Amino acid sequence: MTSLIAFFILGGAFFSFVGAVGVIRLPDIYTRLQATTKSATLGVMMTMLGAFFYFWYTEGLIDTQLFLAVLFIFTTAPLGAHMIARSAFHADVEPYKLTILNELKRDETNPEDQIIGDTQRVQVQRKKDEDES
Amino acid sequence: MNTFLDVVIIFSLIVLSFSMLGMVYRMISGPTLHDKIVALDTLGIMLMAMIALVAISLNSAYLLVVVLLVGILAFIATIALAKYLEKGVIIENDRDSDD
Repeated sequence: MTSLIAFFILGGAFFSFVGAVGVIRLPDIYTRLQATTKSATLGVMMTMLGAFFYFWYTEGLIDTQLFLAVLFIFTTAPLGAHMIARSAFHADVEPYKLTILNELKRDETNPEDQIIGDTQRVQVQRKKDEDES
Repeated sequence: MNTFLDVVIIFSLIVLSFSMLGMVYRMISGPTLHDKIVALDTLGIMLMAMIALVAISLNSAYLLVVVLLVGILAFIATIALAKYLEKGVIIENDRDSDD
């Protein structure tokens, strides 16, 4: 049981550190969101699961608040990241210069493409080509 | 208490402190305001882990109430700041208007 607790806590510290390195090193906000949302959230969830198991092991206390906090982070971290990314896009924060695909920009400038979708668009294009030839 | 777990917890506290220092660096020097919000959100989330570790090292379960509270505050702050930067208002009374 002690090794399980140590595994969870050390893994949590490792993933938090990876998230911090990503936030410092990555070039723009959209890639930094990747680092914080995935890595740091997983790290914190592992740390708190370690604390949950620790109090269960030493004091026989099943702390539902800690478990609720884990579920809360699991639910709200993607939500917050989505809100920040959408806000940054609408506030004209430039993506990194090597970005090759900007789906939100494509969908907002061509609304009809968004409705029919990629595969259907290819079929429509093929039918148009056949009609012309 | 277990000596091995003591060493693990102190080591993790040090690593988490350096991660939070990195967040503070990004929070001060972020090129745009949104970078600062991302760093602030992650700082709040890491603070939750820090409080859980402190609760283990102090061996008291009372601190665990704080974890959920800090998480809720960090989430609400992130959502409010993002909405404020996007639309200029936080609570919209007329959701259909375009301005």
